[in-house]
Amino acid sequence: MTSTTTTVPSAGPVAGSRSFLSRLREGDEIARVITFLFAASVVLVTLLLVFELWQGSVLPRHKFGFNFFRTSVWDPIFDQFGALPFIFGTTVTAGVALLIAVPLGIGAAIFLAELAPARLSDTLEFFIDLLAAVPSVIYGLLGVFIVVPLMREYIQPGLKNTLGFLPLFQGPAYGVGFLTAGVVLAIMVIPYIISVSREVLLSVPRDQREAALSLGATRWESTWKVVVPFARTGIFGSIFLALARALGETMAVTMVIGNTPTISASLFSPGYSIAAVIANEFTEATGDLYLQSLIELGLVLFLLTFILNGLARLLILLTSQRGSEMSHV
Amino acid sequence: MSARLRWRKFVSGFMLTMTGVCAVVAVSVLFFILGYLVFHGGTSISWSFFTRLPAPVGEAGGGMANAIVGSAKLLMLASLFGVPIGFFGAIYLAEFSGSTTAFIVRYAADLLNGVPSIVIGIFAYSLVVLPFKHFSTLAGGFALGLMMIPITLRSTEEFLRAVPNALREAAMALGASKWKTIATVIVPAAYRGILTAILLAFARVAGETAPLLFTAFGNRFWSPGWNQPTASLPVMIFTYAIAPYEDWHRQAWAAGLVLLGLILAINIVARAILSRGIAVPRS
Repeated sequence: MTSTTTTVPSAGPVAGSRSFLSRLREGDEIARVITFLFAASVVLVTLLLVFELWQGSVLPRHKFGFNFFRTSVWDPIFDQFGALPFIFGTTVTAGVALLIAVPLGIGAAIFLAELAPARLSDTLEFFIDLLAAVPSVIYGLLGVFIVVPLMREYIQPGLKNTLGFLPLFQGPAYGVGFLTAGVVLAIMVIPYIISVSREVLLSVPRDQREAALSLGATRWESTWKVVVPFARTGIFGSIFLALARALGETMAVTMVIGNTPTISASLFSPGYSIAAVIANEFTEATGDLYLQSLIELGLVLFLLTFILNGLARLLILLTSQRGSEMSHV
Repeated sequence: MSARLRWRKFVSGFMLTMTGVCAVVAVSVLFFILGYLVFHGGTSISWSFFTRLPAPVGEAGGGMANAIVGSAKLLMLASLFGVPIGFFGAIYLAEFSGSTTAFIVRYAADLLNGVPSIVIGIFAYSLVVLPFKHFSTLAGGFALGLMMIPITLRSTEEFLRAVPNALREAAMALGASKWKTIATVIVPAAYRGILTAILLAFARVAGETAPLLFTAFGNRFWSPGWNQPTASLPVMIFTYAIAPYEDWHRQAWAAGLVLLGLILAINIVARAILSRGIAVPRS
């Protein structure tokens, strides 16, 4: 498939003068150069993005150094910027999101790949793809008007009454906060986990299942002890992918997290996340240090997602390669 | 049947049922979203929503005509910027490039694809807003176009590569030059796939809010030309949803319904185009 660079014309005994041939060659060269410029601009723009983020955050990097990540005072009036509450908020919300989304997503993926007949599986996958296409501001809209009241009136009081002895579920139930943001994020990333995990599970060779079943394993045992471990790396890949999405998600989180820079053991507490603080304060940031501190937060976000996406791709690639190697044997 | 076997069968049945429950829960979210939007948005959508400007703060009524036009302008600009780069870049990758260049370009595109949208906003801000000294449609279109590039590029390349080599060789054997082969044989053979890719990229950025917050910004009036801040549907939904006015909430639902309807419609059309076959003769 990759051998697309076959150059046929040079060998062809075309009736015609040399100049005709070379004109043709010239046309090809022009097409080549033009398309190359477009392709190169993709690389250029990406490099420029990294450069701008780096260059745009010089001041806080020099002034605060590593303390930027260790202090929790965010005070534009006195030019003190510590990002700890935002990093905390981003980490906690993404953690909550994964705790909910991973079991649900993998469960659904197992159903789609192992149990459902092909037509049903494809239909459900179609809905999952549509779900992944819903813009985040719509999730935010539903978060504000549906999830937040639900949390405040029912779920948070319920958790308090049953698990209230844990520090995680204490304090007043505002509705907005880490838990709500985590739940909304979970709903948002589930489609990604399902889609990728389903693909990975489907790439597990049939013999693996048949071997397990023929040894007397039940359907679940063959799935859980053979198929899932086989696809393990790819499933981890899907989780990293979801984590990267959750860390970078802006709108929905901004709308339901409460936008207060706090570090608290309670998940009911309102908080703040990296992306949310950029979204809220970027246009009103007065002074270079303030603006550049926000850009440095953007840089942090960029690096985090860069690493996670890279890892995810690697893991997914490894699994699908393993699957195709095995099925060729 | 021994007790142990019965237990194993029970566990198997139970866990498999649970996976079904997971799938139902996951998919039902889509219908919840649609249901709520149709219920809340449907009752508040009206003719004036499409034709009127936003009413002054505190007054009821008004519409989002400027945001609808603003979104259209932003998306047009984004497509004009993002689609050619993605499309021609993909042609280079699939037809001309060596493997090292292809790897670098693909890597850059994947990197760009993974960048959180808010960071794209920062980038567009420092590249377009700062030099021009004010928020503009131009900056917003640039930000959205940037997000269209990797999606268009990667899928277009895949569809071009799916065109069988026999077609290329046949065209060249007839004496067609390479660019002529590409323009008259390969691209037409893959056009369904390419169209799908472009539509999906379009639908993806149509709902993007974060990159517009500090590029296109927002505007309660018409935005003439390309060099003024402009309203857009997603940003309007955001500002209206977190505002304290009942009437604004109503309009946010209506805008949400319009936006989601548009995006889902494009998605369904795109998939329908693709499922009719990639228009490549298989045999």
